[in-house]
Amino acid sequence: MDAIFESLPQYWDGFLRTLFLAVVSGVIALAAGTLLAAMRVSPVAALRGFSTFYVEVARNTPLTIIFFFSAIVLPRLGVKFEQFEVAAIIALSSYTAAFVAEAVRSGVNSVPVGQAEAARSIGMTFTQVLGLVVLPQAVRTVVPPLINIMIALVKNSSVAGAFFVLELFGYGLQLSNSHGDAVMWILIGVAFFYLLITVPLGLLAHFVEKKVAIAR
Amino acid sequence: MTTQVSGDALVSLNSVNKHYGQLHVLKDINLQVRKGEVVVVIGPSGSGKSTLCRAINRLETIDDGDIAIDGKKLPEEGKELAHLRADVGMVFQSFNLFAHKTILENVTLGPIKVKGVAKGTAEREAMALLERVGVGHQAPKLPAQLSGGQQQRVAIARALAMKPKVMLFDEPTSALDPEMINEVLDVMIQLAKEGMTMIVVTHEMGFARKAADRVVFMADGQIVEDSTPEEFFTNPQSNRAKDFLSKLLTH
Repeated sequence: MDAIFESLPQYWDGFLRTLFLAVVSGVIALAAGTLLAAMRVSPVAALRGFSTFYVEVARNTPLTIIFFFSAIVLPRLGVKFEQFEVAAIIALSSYTAAFVAEAVRSGVNSVPVGQAEAARSIGMTFTQVLGLVVLPQAVRTVVPPLINIMIALVKNSSVAGAFFVLELFGYGLQLSNSHGDAVMWILIGVAFFYLLITVPLGLLAHFVEKKVAIAR
Repeated sequence: MTTQVSGDALVSLNSVNKHYGQLHVLKDINLQVRKGEVVVVIGPSGSGKSTLCRAINRLETIDDGDIAIDGKKLPEEGKELAHLRADVGMVFQSFNLFAHKTILENVTLGPIKVKGVAKGTAEREAMALLERVGVGHQAPKLPAQLSGGQQQRVAIARALAMKPKVMLFDEPTSALDPEMINEVLDVMIQLAKEGMTMIVVTHEMGFARKAADRVVFMADGQIVEDSTPEEFFTNPQSNRAKDFLSKLLTH
């Protein structure tokens, strides 16, 4: 127990770094995932094909392998970055974007097709149909699964610790070494700080789900 | 086919064919609709009349033949198609009002976003249209709060707000309770009187008699008869039409 209190500064620093990784990757994943979903339902066959291919590859590949590619293979191919955080953000956001794309796509499919037909018949372009009519209605169905994806993202960010990024889990590894007699307590501390992010997200999902239920 | 219109056709379909897999839903359709004409398309279910209606603004693609609106051939997907659709009003069986927008916003969305009309002007015109179809007082509500008949009248106002050259109605009263059918038909009859070019797919024979200039009878993907309502209802030429009408009369 004392090991936890002694290490609070490291925990706090790791917590902030994890939060940073999750927020930046989350924002990128949301934008990229929505774009991928839009491509998936677009009338252009090439865009649909690309999106399907990307999503299937990214979400069916183990995250560790994606990390390996972005941290070790990308630099060999000439994509250099100063910090491994960049590699972690690339890996986390490209992986999570595939899940976001699937959630948004299923949300888009939950909007009755007549809505899009009506929008097209008053002369809206594809982007207008999606942006003004379909996505605003898809949001309701999409938010709860999106929050689950974000919770998974927070936990997945711990893989970065194994790729030279010092975040919550990375500190956990360091502290376990320096407090060899209290590894269990150190790891309980690590878990606690993860829960500090994921539990509020879960509560938010619960709250939004209730909101949606009332609005219908 | 008794009536053949040529020259100044506003909507013109030439040798249009469409298949759903093995099913030949539109067989060599030729149809010309002049400006100001009201054409009612009737026929048994599965005869292809809805598909025909939806093909005119390319909600359904066709395999071959061509469709032209006001002399312009229907473009493939893209901006040009969107432009053309803005000139073709469409009213659906299931209303399809934008569920997340108020009644007023449903009517103003097209003019503002598609035509770039200023918000104030669009709202003024929308209110006038909503008054005209008798739902002005519902403007701030959401579609789900209105009855089916009211929703369909809003849908008509939404289409009219784009100032279309032609209005398509795809079974506009088929999803309505009997007592709401008339309120929608009255709006449509008024519209016909004002000179709107209309293509109406319907089972409402009363409307066909009252408002149609021509009745087009379809069966098995073909136009079997094309005549005036008077002629069609009193003296149908084909056995298919006689059979269809006899079933209507005995019920």
